[in-house]
Amino acid sequence: MINRLVFENLRHRKLRTGLTALSIGFQVTMILTVVGLSRGMLQDSANRARGVGADIWVKSPDASIMSLSSGTLPQAMLDYYARQPHVAHVAGSLMAVIGGVSTASGIDFDQLTALSGPFHFTEGGPFRGPNDVIIDTWYAEQNDKRVGGTVRMLNRDWRVCGIVQSGRLARLFVPLATLQDATNNHGKVSQAFLKLDDRRNTNAVIAALKAEQPDYKIYSIEEFLSQFSPENLPMLRAFIYVIEGLSIVVGFLVVSLTMYTTVLERTREIGILKALGAAPADIMGMLARETVLLAVGGWIAGILLSFAANFAINHFVRASLQSVITPDWWPRVFAIALVASLLGAIYPGLRAARQDAIEALSYE
Amino acid sequence: MAEPIIRIRDLCKIYRLGDVDVHALRGVSLDVPKGEFLAIAGPSGSGKSTLFHILGGLTQPTSGSVVVDGEDLAQLGDTGRTRLRRNKVGFVFQRYNLLPTLTALGNIEIARYISGHKGPLEKGFLELLKLLKIDGRLDHKPRALSGGEQQRVAIARALVNHPAILLADEPTGNLDTENALAVLDVLRDLNRRLGQTILMITHNPEAAAYADRIAHMRDGRILED
Repeated sequence: MINRLVFENLRHRKLRTGLTALSIGFQVTMILTVVGLSRGMLQDSANRARGVGADIWVKSPDASIMSLSSGTLPQAMLDYYARQPHVAHVAGSLMAVIGGVSTASGIDFDQLTALSGPFHFTEGGPFRGPNDVIIDTWYAEQNDKRVGGTVRMLNRDWRVCGIVQSGRLARLFVPLATLQDATNNHGKVSQAFLKLDDRRNTNAVIAALKAEQPDYKIYSIEEFLSQFSPENLPMLRAFIYVIEGLSIVVGFLVVSLTMYTTVLERTREIGILKALGAAPADIMGMLARETVLLAVGGWIAGILLSFAANFAINHFVRASLQSVITPDWWPRVFAIALVASLLGAIYPGLRAARQDAIEALSYE
Repeated sequence: MAEPIIRIRDLCKIYRLGDVDVHALRGVSLDVPKGEFLAIAGPSGSGKSTLFHILGGLTQPTSGSVVVDGEDLAQLGDTGRTRLRRNKVGFVFQRYNLLPTLTALGNIEIARYISGHKGPLEKGFLELLKLLKIDGRLDHKPRALSGGEQQRVAIARALVNHPAILLADEPTGNLDTENALAVLDVLRDLNRRLGQTILMITHNPEAAAYADRIAHMRDGRILED
């Protein structure tokens, strides 16, 4: 019976109920979207790293695995690696940040294609000049670029010479020498990729390289890809915690305000229930049930909104941002929404429970 | 003589309004036998509403004793008074005080639910709904009911738990003459047929005339009995 009253109360104020659930939903969406973006972008980075086809990745001692830093590894090291036993191909790339977390990669086209196979051009072809840029299909779609068009980055215009299928290393490729020049990284690359004659030699080659260069960061591709996880990125984890904390605070405030308004508006009804013999715990219980329903509604709305956000991100800006749906986080965000909502309902609930029945009954 | 169902002795109630003590009741004594229909009449500020609130367990007296169906309200704490409202008292208010989000039936059922009763309404009570002429209006929400119908639903709600006393506070105050007479007829009928003890607060002499007895109040005292 109380459930029916709770349900009818929520139905009676459809707009407020809807807006409150939506507000809670936005907190849920905010968390799910941040987590989805984190995972999606890491997954995309991992996919592109895998797309290189290298067996071993090498970074200089002072480069972090996920860094967007530019050249820290001497280019001459590529020749050194090429001379090592079992190393069939070596390529290097220089990364340069072109805005936000977007990067361009400077490559030696022949070196990279020798290592990882030919690029699949959907339009155009390889570099023909020092200021040419190869873009991938996602970047081309998002920025409406065609071969012959221009990309403005690093304070210069680059001519689009080719469009390739996305999924390998980067979204924008420019000639290594030009990028080294543009970023003042002469003779430097960000990382080296090694392709072996036989993948089964990976551990032996890594061991040999580490013996020679103990400070260098030398990873098998599996080891390298396993690093692409939010769990391995303390800063990202901290960021997600902050978002969760903010969501709890905002959810608490939204529900607190809503329930406070509800209690004020229903002062007379609370008085009626008290006159009928409802105990303070009954009143608190009724508001708690309403709050739980709002949290459930907000949670569902939030999940649906996260699907919409995920679609929008992957549809409209997938070259810059990538997102995935994270169902394993649904229970967690439900707990967050519930805790925030129940915390928000405590004060209004106590106020309602302590309401003087006579005053409540005479409330206009 | 049988023990009265309501026994009030030297009842006082003092409200504190700012720095001023307001003596709402000044030593009221009153006995109400079981099955009586008593009207308490008096002008505004005479203390009748305060008496209503004390008898209904909505507030505590400052001094004196009030025994309702064997329970001394002066000795009851919040929990005890909550229990009293559930089981021994039925309220009918001037403004009906139905829950707007529930249907007429829902309003009746929630009173039953709060008092701990489960299951379908008793057959006898369904007969009462016919007597109140609301059996065909139970699926309607209060806003779809006339004032008279709402008050009859409120009476049904007040009686669903078979209370020892029915307290009615100006039950006809918001009704037109026709509906007011209908409600008064219903109250008198309930009193006669079911032996329901009724205390009706009113300042309307015509309404008071429906009762078996009228107790007049003025300045926090019962003037005559």
